[in-house]
Amino acid sequence: MSLRSYVIARILLTIPMIMLLLTFVFLVVRVLPGDPASLHFEKQVSPEMLLDFKRRLGLDKPLIVQYFEYLAGLLRGDFGKSMQDFSPVSQQIFSAFPATLELAIFSSIIMVLVGVVLGVQASRSYNSVRDHSIRVFGITSYAIPVFFLGEVLIMIFAIYFHLFPAGDRIYPGMAPTGLTIGGLHWSSGLYVLDSILEGNPTKLGVSLRYLFLPSLTLGTVLCGIFIRLTRGNMLETLQLDFVTAARARGLKERTVVYGYALRNAFLPILTMMGLQFAALLAGAVLTETTFSWPGLGRYLVDRISFRDYTAIQGVVVFFGILVAMVSLAVDIIYAYLDPRIRF
Amino acid sequence: MALLDIESLVVEYHTLRASMKAVDRVSLAMEKGHTLGLVGESGCGKSTLGLSTVRLVPPPGKIASGHIVLGETDIINCSDEEIRKVRGKRVGYIFQDPMTSLNPVKRIGAHFVEMIHTHEPEVSDQDALKRGKDVLERLGILPERIDDFPHQFSGGMRQRVMIGLALALGPDLLIADEPTTSLDVIVEAQIIELLKELKESLKLTLILITHNIGIVAETADRVAVMYAGRLAELGQTDDLFEKPMHPYTQALLKSVPNITKKGQVLSWIPGAPPDLAEPPPGCLYHPRCPHAFDRCKKEEPLLIKHNGSQVACHLYDKR
Amino acid sequence: MSMKKEKPQGRILVQLFPSLANLASRGLAGWAILIGAAIVAVMAVMTVVAPWISPYNPIAINVGPILSPPSAEFPLGTNHLGQDMLSRVYSGGAIMFQVAVLSVIVCLVVGVPIGLFASYLGGYTDKVASLVMDSIYAFPGLVLAIAIAAMLGPGVVNMALSIAVVYVPSYFRIIRSQVLTIKELPYVEAASMMGAKSRTTLFRYILPNVIPSIVAVATINFADAVLTSAGLTFVGLGLPVSTPDWGWDLTYGRRLLPSGAWWVIAFPGLMVVLLALGFTMMGEGLSELFNPRLQK
Repeated sequence: MSLRSYVIARILLTIPMIMLLLTFVFLVVRVLPGDPASLHFEKQVSPEMLLDFKRRLGLDKPLIVQYFEYLAGLLRGDFGKSMQDFSPVSQQIFSAFPATLELAIFSSIIMVLVGVVLGVQASRSYNSVRDHSIRVFGITSYAIPVFFLGEVLIMIFAIYFHLFPAGDRIYPGMAPTGLTIGGLHWSSGLYVLDSILEGNPTKLGVSLRYLFLPSLTLGTVLCGIFIRLTRGNMLETLQLDFVTAARARGLKERTVVYGYALRNAFLPILTMMGLQFAALLAGAVLTETTFSWPGLGRYLVDRISFRDYTAIQGVVVFFGILVAMVSLAVDIIYAYLDPRIRF
Repeated sequence: MALLDIESLVVEYHTLRASMKAVDRVSLAMEKGHTLGLVGESGCGKSTLGLSTVRLVPPPGKIASGHIVLGETDIINCSDEEIRKVRGKRVGYIFQDPMTSLNPVKRIGAHFVEMIHTHEPEVSDQDALKRGKDVLERLGILPERIDDFPHQFSGGMRQRVMIGLALALGPDLLIADEPTTSLDVIVEAQIIELLKELKESLKLTLILITHNIGIVAETADRVAVMYAGRLAELGQTDDLFEKPMHPYTQALLKSVPNITKKGQVLSWIPGAPPDLAEPPPGCLYHPRCPHAFDRCKKEEPLLIKHNGSQVACHLYDKR
Repeated sequence: MSMKKEKPQGRILVQLFPSLANLASRGLAGWAILIGAAIVAVMAVMTVVAPWISPYNPIAINVGPILSPPSAEFPLGTNHLGQDMLSRVYSGGAIMFQVAVLSVIVCLVVGVPIGLFASYLGGYTDKVASLVMDSIYAFPGLVLAIAIAAMLGPGVVNMALSIAVVYVPSYFRIIRSQVLTIKELPYVEAASMMGAKSRTTLFRYILPNVIPSIVAVATINFADAVLTSAGLTFVGLGLPVSTPDWGWDLTYGRRLLPSGAWWVIAFPGLMVVLLALGFTMMGEGLSELFNPRLQK
């Protein structure tokens, strides 16, 4: 099958999946609790006030109508209105998203780096104490609730050693402004990128310092699967003849391991990164709360305490669409790189 | 002085089930310029022995005891860095399957450059490539093909490339582990001829590991026969072929079909090689040996000198 | 009808699972299962006998000084309400165990039949079911659980339901891949050719072979349920404050950290890690036993 037909088929598959997702979220938020509007209010509220409230949010209409308005709104980029102040949720989502994206990117880097390096080390000393310890570490790290690990790291590195900040994303005045050409600004919202674009190494350093602990936490908790994947792949590859033959030619062990054997593991690691994206987002929710990181995750948790169900719906929908898009992109890239997949 | 001296080498494989000795107290010495043919059935430990000389025994195998000395270097105890320098430069290794021994995503030229650079970093890329081309030409391959990938070569030519890589740095010792097993008979003959010619012109010391006793006859000065990890017989080629001493050697030679002898019945050796996890007591060959007697079942035969060769068999041990 | 089903099942079940002695000889995977099971068993027993071995009532306040560090009298210290942490640690697993067990039961009751029928029947049913399940599976688990739990409200049952919904697709996928393989095996074809009813084929032939994988998924489900319930509690969707719960202590213990009271969060946290680890080890060991990967 050619790449083009694969891409088309894959996109066609994504559409019903997203539809299902949207419908599912709709059912959960609007149908499941009965009446999300009255659920929002802790105290009893007069029927007139309740009706007015519902009207302003479009919750008074029949469910079918609500459903189609919801879908139509999404096509326009409208993720609903907050129950707290009727402001558009999409505004909050798009302003909080870059923070989560940056956290996800750096956590991925740590997750893959730690996972692959440890996996390689484990495979090179098969069945040794080091191998077993690394494997145990891989399983254990996943068993640690991410917020627990976060707190422990904060205690040690932020509070005890004062090496890193204990929370937040940056301190006032240090937010990078991004690219400025003539009088025009453009910033991506990713502080590391923006400080590079701005050419400001101080801001870059500060951004990284704030980013380090949260990324380390999230990356460590999720690295276990990469350890296992890399180790398994390497064990297989290191057995192959051309590896022994390369060693017999006197090539340095490092060349053999990284140049010859690791090449093989590359593609599966890439796929796994795509698959782990959903887990990254889920973990980000807890990590952001722990580190007061102003991203989508923390926004979601905030909204829960305010019982802002429409906002919760908007965020959840956004997550769903995001994951679907990323998984589509990963599948297409993978099919491009490996023609065997396009069966 | 011997170029390579192996003394009482023991290589063990530890698995969950049991520990087995893939190589059990084998001693060999190689003089410069000599060719040794190392023969035996699959699994008799000859490949493991070969790999031990460059410390490449794959886990779970481990060199348990003994000595291997190459020139001045103690192979077993030297550092990782030293053994790495030995590989490729002082010992050239040819593997059985050229298809899987070459890196499929690297051009042949890149193989040469990489290897030469590792051992002689001062050499420039062009010079390294030139040397590679010279080697290929020597082996009967068009030098322009240095830019090709391994899959673009036929089996026989790939093996020549492997030989070229093994010889590129001018090693003292060349070990060929079943170099022709995966090739067809005609190509096999060509490769053997090539090896013979290279041996002469480059004054190589060669260990030829094979289960095909036929090719050893024309290339080797001495032949060592291994069985189940132990040396059964070791002697000059002519002596061994004319007057084989160990019953196993005799059986091996008998099983080679010979068209010139009319009416000869095809013979084979009954039974199977022993399970090394639970080896039989005494002589490992006694269950299959037509001459076995009581002593063979209880006492392990040691390698003794007899008529200029060495043999491990109670038939010749008149003590 | 159910009696007839259970008898052959029971026999096959007993034969399927290796006896304890056998496990230890199965190498690393066997040890993982044994150690994991031991950890889980110890913690389960601890939770059950908590009322008898707790020195103090876990929810009684002011049994000791506020926020005192571990001492002889209070080996795990006390929290901001003067509650004894040791007693709270003993009984704090109850909620998690309940939530985990309940979610696994729901998954089994819902996921297994759907998986079996959809993949066995194939065709349209299979395609639709797979689509639905894949959509849920692709979604970030915790986020979906949060959404459901937020709408349902606090409580053990609601938490269990949220987790179950997120996890059903995993069961579905494993069962489906197994059924698809087994369906093609000659002895199943032979059975249907001899006139066995679909239902018989499904239950007497396919189901017993699928059970090992289900067990493996269920154990990992337990581990994830423990971690997710901790997560749900952390974002405020847990239980009312009075019930002793590791998740709650973990959440509240955060606020006590800056004042240096590390013991409130540390010990419950350790318990959660241990419990999740125990289940994970079992799950990993079982998976490796039933689907051996690298044969080295």
